[in-house]
Amino acid sequence: MSRIRKDYETSFFRKFKRWMDGETDLLDGVMDLSGQEGTEEPVPGAEGTLWKEDEAGAEEVLREKRAETEKERKSLALFERIYRIMAVILCLAIIWVFLWTTVHLPPFGGADNPANNEVPARYIESGVRETGAINFVTGMILDYRAFDTFGESCVLFVASCCVMFLLRMDKGSSRLLREHPDLLEDDRLFEPKDDVILQRAAAFLLPLILIFGIYIVLNGHLSPGGGFSGGAVLGSGLILYLEAFGFRRTRRFFTEKTYRRITLSALTFYCLAKSYSFYTGANHLESGIPLGTPGAILSSGLILPLNICVGLVVMCTMYAFYTLFRRGGM
Amino acid sequence: MKVFEILLLLSLIVCAVSVAVVRDLLTSIIIFMSYSLIMCVIWVLLQSPDLAITEAAVGAGVTSILFFVTLKKIRAIRKEEQDEQD
Repeated sequence: MSRIRKDYETSFFRKFKRWMDGETDLLDGVMDLSGQEGTEEPVPGAEGTLWKEDEAGAEEVLREKRAETEKERKSLALFERIYRIMAVILCLAIIWVFLWTTVHLPPFGGADNPANNEVPARYIESGVRETGAINFVTGMILDYRAFDTFGESCVLFVASCCVMFLLRMDKGSSRLLREHPDLLEDDRLFEPKDDVILQRAAAFLLPLILIFGIYIVLNGHLSPGGGFSGGAVLGSGLILYLEAFGFRRTRRFFTEKTYRRITLSALTFYCLAKSYSFYTGANHLESGIPLGTPGAILSSGLILPLNICVGLVVMCTMYAFYTLFRRGGM
Repeated sequence: MKVFEILLLLSLIVCAVSVAVVRDLLTSIIIFMSYSLIMCVIWVLLQSPDLAITEAAVGAGVTSILFFVTLKKIRAIRKEEQDEQD
């Protein structure tokens, strides 16, 4: 009898029921709570026969902590219980909705799918002729829908501006640093410590990563990739360089001034090159630049310079994110 | 190929569940990273290499690095380093 009872106490269902009743947290002792002190609740012992005493102890602690009347505690427990039941029901409902939608999706690559209308037909039939880009995903993104991509680059720029507002440490915060020198000490603690393995590996990998990123950006209209992915690769390369060799080295070629100049000139060029489509009703295929032979690296009109612009903006944004997160400046 | 796809999708589900369940924050970030890598292979199988490159660079690379830096900042990693030294 006692063994069955013990099995039941340690079973998943019993834990779930206790969690449902608001007695214990299902993830208690499972989640990493090291950052939050003072939230530890007494964990029920693994010994099944002790659970009633534990419950009494927990109630006592609760009573002391909250110093509330019995009635309030009961209503609170009821609320907790309803809250948890509603949470489970909501989760199941969302899962059901997602599964229902997935089941009713059209088959992958089917000919009668609603996505196969006149728009992709036009792109596929005359995309190469009209944009000059062999990879007509890029042709779509940077020619037919270049204005959308301009919005996306601006979103990245605004995001890095917001991170800068929130995390930047400038002259105003030097007073803060004087009052709390441990902040600076912390950062120095986290600085890379001239790790030889990392530096050797970075010295070997970095040229490959950077050349691959430049290749993706420049070949965006010929092969898979383009400004965004290439810029992300370049940004990762810069981050690796910073992590291996420290801020002293990167600051020789990439400061905040560089970041500002590159981002602003790239966005301005993009804006000047494409914003006239705002006035022509998003119909902007004629750029005046000859399209060249499809397949050559210098072809497809404005797509190559626009790709470079997007790549530069993305690279700077990724690098700025990292440095701002790291220590609030470049 | 079908078996490989099913394997990938299954491991995707396993990764997605274990990110939420796993105890350690650092481990869950690494699992999140592997989720992105599996997703990258699936994009290649779905014939969209553009998305695959972006997923590998942004999902597995930059996002995880930002998560790591944040963990360092809130001192979630530092404690474990001390534990290892002990």
